[in-house]
Amino acid sequence: MKVWHFSEMAYHPAWPQLGDSYRVVIPSRLFDPKIGADLYHRYLDEWALCDELGINIMTNEHHATATCADSVCTIPMAILARETKKVRLLALGMPIGNRNDPIRVAEEYSMLDVISRGRIEMGFVKGVPFEISPANTNPAELIERFWEAHDLILKAMTSHDGPFNWEGTHFHYRSVNVWPRPWQQPHPPVWMPVGSPGSAMEAAAHGMTIGVLNTGWVRTPPIFDAYRRKAAEVGRPMTPQRLAYMALIGVGDTREEGERRADQILGYSRTSGIVAPQFMNPPGYAPPAQSAQVLKASGAGFRAGRIQSRDGRNIDPRAMSVADAIDAGLVFAGTPDDVFDQLHAFYDHVGGFGHLLMMGQGGLLDHGETVANLTLFSKEVLPRVTEL
Amino acid sequence: MERIQIGDVSLEMLTAGAGPPLLFLHPGDYFAQHREFFDKLARHWRVVVPRHPGFGNSERPDGFRTVDDLAYLYLDLLERQGFGKATLVGSSLGGWIALEICVRCCAAIDRLVLIDSLGVKFGGREERDIADIYALPSDELLRRVFFDPGRSAPDYLRLGDDELNVVARDRQATALYGWRPYMHNPRLRQWLHRVRVPTLVIWGENDGIVAPGYGRKLARSLPDARFETIREAGHYPQIERPDEVAGAIGGFARAEAL
Repeated sequence: MKVWHFSEMAYHPAWPQLGDSYRVVIPSRLFDPKIGADLYHRYLDEWALCDELGINIMTNEHHATATCADSVCTIPMAILARETKKVRLLALGMPIGNRNDPIRVAEEYSMLDVISRGRIEMGFVKGVPFEISPANTNPAELIERFWEAHDLILKAMTSHDGPFNWEGTHFHYRSVNVWPRPWQQPHPPVWMPVGSPGSAMEAAAHGMTIGVLNTGWVRTPPIFDAYRRKAAEVGRPMTPQRLAYMALIGVGDTREEGERRADQILGYSRTSGIVAPQFMNPPGYAPPAQSAQVLKASGAGFRAGRIQSRDGRNIDPRAMSVADAIDAGLVFAGTPDDVFDQLHAFYDHVGGFGHLLMMGQGGLLDHGETVANLTLFSKEVLPRVTEL
Repeated sequence: MERIQIGDVSLEMLTAGAGPPLLFLHPGDYFAQHREFFDKLARHWRVVVPRHPGFGNSERPDGFRTVDDLAYLYLDLLERQGFGKATLVGSSLGGWIALEICVRCCAAIDRLVLIDSLGVKFGGREERDIADIYALPSDELLRRVFFDPGRSAPDYLRLGDDELNVVARDRQATALYGWRPYMHNPRLRQWLHRVRVPTLVIWGENDGIVAPGYGRKLARSLPDARFETIREAGHYPQIERPDEVAGAIGGFARAEAL
């Protein structure tokens, strides 16, 4: 198994000043650029450390939010493409249904791949519902635009004989000719985050690696099963490397220390779903039958009820304890043995997977604690995880 | 509801009453709240209400993406129905469709009635003529939409799954046609002189989605339009004051149509 360290680069100093939305409508005067610069540099330092620790790197992006100040996933990638030498760099990823210019995405990923000498893994994401408003893209066409952008980007990165024509439904170019071409041939590995069996099957049909986030003990197995079934059905080779699972990980010399770190990282889960309800269910984002049920709940909670304990109890993410989160399979925490045992049990429960997307920093976990967390993980857990 | 086939498109269509033809182009939301208004109209008109492609249980062909497509479809309908000349009434999104029809061809239209219509941009790039219904908290949205939300707003908790799925499908289709540019066609204003048909512009005095001032500008931009407000009504006066709106339409169009 490969391990990747992920942080959302949260701008947590603003959190105490936010009310019922941590996203979309919050004024940027709450972002102090001097504090923000310090935070960006420390998060980058933590990723750079991963190069020495043998942990791969994952970035993401969100918009108009204090929960994730990484608004352009390829910017930290660009810095790290030169600052690191060994580990692989995954952006999970680029919201190509919300971006206006797929060719620019192909150029960014290609250039990153060449500068990093072939260490890029490129994620394409559909984006959570509250990303619609910052991008002002039509939610009723999002999925269609996503797949057209996907097709165009891959063709642009794999065509090396001069310009080609693209007059699609959503994107129009008469001279697609991306320079540079990528280092990896035919193109860097493609990833997509998914949250449902249906999306997993689409990804399987395209041979993408899926990243499964925040689905836990109950919702992950049907997603992985759907992927395996579809891959078999379309005759694509199925390896564990097609499946990735994200977990929040707090490891310490004592169980208490590891759980304390996990508790701070859980600041991510406790804040990332706090969004004014009107941005949770943009019309057409979800199929009508699903959207209708959200209307019934007065728009409050596209994501409500999505975290469940093993025995099917709904867990309120805002008040989730470490014990709840371990039970739900979202967190692996404690001593190195605890973390490995929890991970191993989860691995067996879901039928195996090839990538652990480790949120090794989240919420208020500070730099010293993050370095200690990543370092201890790399020494005591990583060697065993690699064997899985 | 009946169905009608227009070319390759199969639509749900409600018809009621007898008399001169009146084609009503419905707004994006709150179709189910129009029953009383349709009943009033049906006393004096042969009312024809197609459900737009993508709304209710009407099909939406893949190529239907803009209000232009709806305008051409209803021009086909007007020609094929053999109405002679019809009174065309459009509310909100339906008003926008009606304007797009009329700038193309008024041959089959006798009178035009616009109710709190969308479709035109008057203000500058940093002014919002039309409230962003997708960004307002639900309480505020209802206060802007209705003069009396307690009386007129639907309670989603009481709706069955089928009805609620229709609401969700209507929202999806409204977004598809109106998301960007938001609820208007930037090129429509320059062609409004082509609406060469007597027009009544009706506006809810308390419309918090598109203020009455917008309606006055719209009326002034049309060659032959008068403007009338409805008291104690928001964005959908035909839902909150069905008598007054049906009466205003009759007073404006019926005498000549008979």
